[in-house]
Amino acid sequence: MAEIDRYQPGTKHLLMGNEAIARGALEAGVQFAAGYPGTPSSEIIARLADAAKALNVHVEWSTNEKVASEGAAAAAFAGLRSLAAMKNAGLSVALDFLTHLSYTGLGKRGGAMVTVVCDDPEGHSSGDETDSRWLAKFASIPLLEASTVDEARDIMKWAFDVSEEFGCNVMFRGYTRLCHASSTVEMNDLPAFDREARSDTDRSINPYLAKPHHGALLEKLKEIKKRFESSPFNRYEGQEEPELLIICGGNGLLCASEAVEMLGLQDRVGILKVSALWPFPSSLVTAYLKKATKILVVEEVDPFIEGHVKEALADADLEGREVYGRQSGHIPDCGEITPDSAIRALAKIFGLAYRARGENYTHAVSEAADDLVISRGLTWCAGCPHRASFWALERAVKADGRDAFVTGDIGCYTLDVFPEGKEQINVLHAMGSGSGLAAGFGQLRRFRYTQPVIAICGDSTFYHASIPALINAVYNGSNIVQIVLDNAATAMTGFQSHPGTGFNAVGESAPRIDVEMLCRSLGCEVAVGDPFDVKGTIKTMRKLLKRENGVRVLILRRRCEIVRMRNEKVKPYKIEILEEKCKGEECSVCSSAFRCPALYQDPDTGKTRIKEEICSGCGVCVEICPFKAIKKEGRTS
Amino acid sequence: MKVQGDPINLIICGIGGQGNILLSRIIGRILTRKGYKVNIGETFGAAQRGGAVFSSVRISKENNYGPLIPEGHGHVILSLEPLEALRSLCTFGNPEVITLTNTAPIYPVGVLSKRLEYPNPEKTKEAIRKLSKKSWFVNATQMAAELESPIAANMVMLGALIGIRTMPVTAEDAEAEVRRTFPTPRVDLNLEALHRGIEAVTQ
Repeated sequence: MAEIDRYQPGTKHLLMGNEAIARGALEAGVQFAAGYPGTPSSEIIARLADAAKALNVHVEWSTNEKVASEGAAAAAFAGLRSLAAMKNAGLSVALDFLTHLSYTGLGKRGGAMVTVVCDDPEGHSSGDETDSRWLAKFASIPLLEASTVDEARDIMKWAFDVSEEFGCNVMFRGYTRLCHASSTVEMNDLPAFDREARSDTDRSINPYLAKPHHGALLEKLKEIKKRFESSPFNRYEGQEEPELLIICGGNGLLCASEAVEMLGLQDRVGILKVSALWPFPSSLVTAYLKKATKILVVEEVDPFIEGHVKEALADADLEGREVYGRQSGHIPDCGEITPDSAIRALAKIFGLAYRARGENYTHAVSEAADDLVISRGLTWCAGCPHRASFWALERAVKADGRDAFVTGDIGCYTLDVFPEGKEQINVLHAMGSGSGLAAGFGQLRRFRYTQPVIAICGDSTFYHASIPALINAVYNGSNIVQIVLDNAATAMTGFQSHPGTGFNAVGESAPRIDVEMLCRSLGCEVAVGDPFDVKGTIKTMRKLLKRENGVRVLILRRRCEIVRMRNEKVKPYKIEILEEKCKGEECSVCSSAFRCPALYQDPDTGKTRIKEEICSGCGVCVEICPFKAIKKEGRTS
Repeated sequence: MKVQGDPINLIICGIGGQGNILLSRIIGRILTRKGYKVNIGETFGAAQRGGAVFSSVRISKENNYGPLIPEGHGHVILSLEPLEALRSLCTFGNPEVITLTNTAPIYPVGVLSKRLEYPNPEKTKEAIRKLSKKSWFVNATQMAAELESPIAANMVMLGALIGIRTMPVTAEDAEAEVRRTFPTPRVDLNLEALHRGIEAVTQ
């Protein structure tokens, strides 16, 4: 882990993109940072939290991205420099506030605010690969994007300057291949930044009346566009009059540069990198469009720059230009940009033959791939409470026999929908949507809907977006069972704290918002159980399913195994297989149905064995073994 | 067998929880200290949850290369698991590639659930040999287990990488970085793992 606040100016360090973004914010004098975890953005707030005490920065994990943005804006209204961080999905949550913030600006106290939004092209760790750049334009937020880790730090600093100068929120768009790349960065100074926070009370900051505010915003955007036209981060390299002009955003730059090098096209192309991206610097781009008749746009994910380039061509009456990119099919219309996608696009445009490898090698590769390479699916960790919860759910639903419908949510329990999960979740969308959808299904009785409805969410998700949906379900008399899998962490994104953990982002103790008390105060029937008590959990689930009336909540409480092991460092039980009782391959319930990664059948004896280095000693396998062939012995080291 | 050319493309692969991200960071920090331009790409959204984890390390004296290695352009593949070595070879291998493999298998959950069959270890080894110019096999997990710390397999593999002399990293570089990286009580163990890795490929 990089200690980004301790690195001395002038020294070089290997920083992850998110660490460089955080360092850039510190070098810009950020005093307030808030966010909600989400891959690939989470390390920004986490590293700022590490530096919070030493540099007197307020850093928080907020309950959701809208609240984070509002907190950051408050600090900017009071004259500070602030940052909000989130993943692309979180921007949609924050957008209602951010669109109005564009109308009002940041007030007159000279504050600045940068919203960092990290996209996940290819959807490596997301249910979508939505391109946030459209939303920056939609919400009239000036948009910046970096192409290298080093530059991310510099552009972050510039983002604060732009924000302060124009009194507006500025968006910095990150993406997986920046946020989770690590590269060499030379440190700049950390300023002694100590602005006093104060609000003006003589004027109100609000967007009413909308139309004049909109008009003023459009004027401001014109000024910002002028600044972007001359931004030092928009750069051209290459031939004076290239055969092909390559226009790159973000990850497109390094992929295109490498492709040009590999195909030996240095003397035939020029590369224009656009980092100060929207308001689109059309005059700058048009100047280069005039020098080439063929243009390739390399960006991710959508044809955002490509569309603006076509608009610029039309506005400048430049005819006879061919624009290649996502829309022309030279680059696939979805997924991230890779060096290979850039190579293929260039090879096609220049009519070059390119093969990554010779025929013999390619043949040998496909043989090995077909015969030997199998997929490696995701699964819950050994000792994960969710495995036990879903095991119980599967049995409770089956025993109930009424074809219960399960709505899922976003967290580690989402792994249920993957091929090696328990495949109990029937529908899955956004944070909190499990509860909202369940509230809807729970209203369908009058249309002869007879299936029980079960919503599943985790603790962090519960605070983030499930609460309003649950209130809606109670208020409108919906008929559902809400299961809260409370593992005392925002586990999927790196075990961040949340309002139920009893501590905050910087590790100080914090009030604990109790899910149980909250649900009781809503008037829900609430049961609390331990997922490792499998039989008890099945019984409670069945009981709540039978109630058929109103909102029943089951809280299954058991700490995330990774968090527990980090704190306790010992296994609670020593697990042993009783070979004489184990039916091995004939049964294999523990491995093939329960699918604990610590259990496998010995290829020689066929009996179950334990991988000690993976086993967490949770002891759930003892309960699920049909032949009582697994034994646990308490508390060893 | 020094890898020639610039950039050098090193692939480090394995399964979440094996310490491969840390390994790529250690190598990256060593090379950064030595003045190289390093860019590491990582895919670790589900690192703790059974999935394949993959780091690409781009090392250059001159240029800032992107975090992704073009298909077929790996120079060295260091894998903490044999199936993952083969998976990386299929994407990044070429007739010149050097492969260093920890032979201890970790079964995918699909194998546990009997949906898939884990590839035959000998056939896997043979395929790795066939797709590599030179390949080394080390049972790093067992060697680390002998030190009563299976997780230290990553440091055994770092030792082996140094031992095969393909990268501009020396034992002294690695020792210094191990001391900087681990808390004091874990330093000696990891240094021992490192040295056993070096010995495993040089004897």
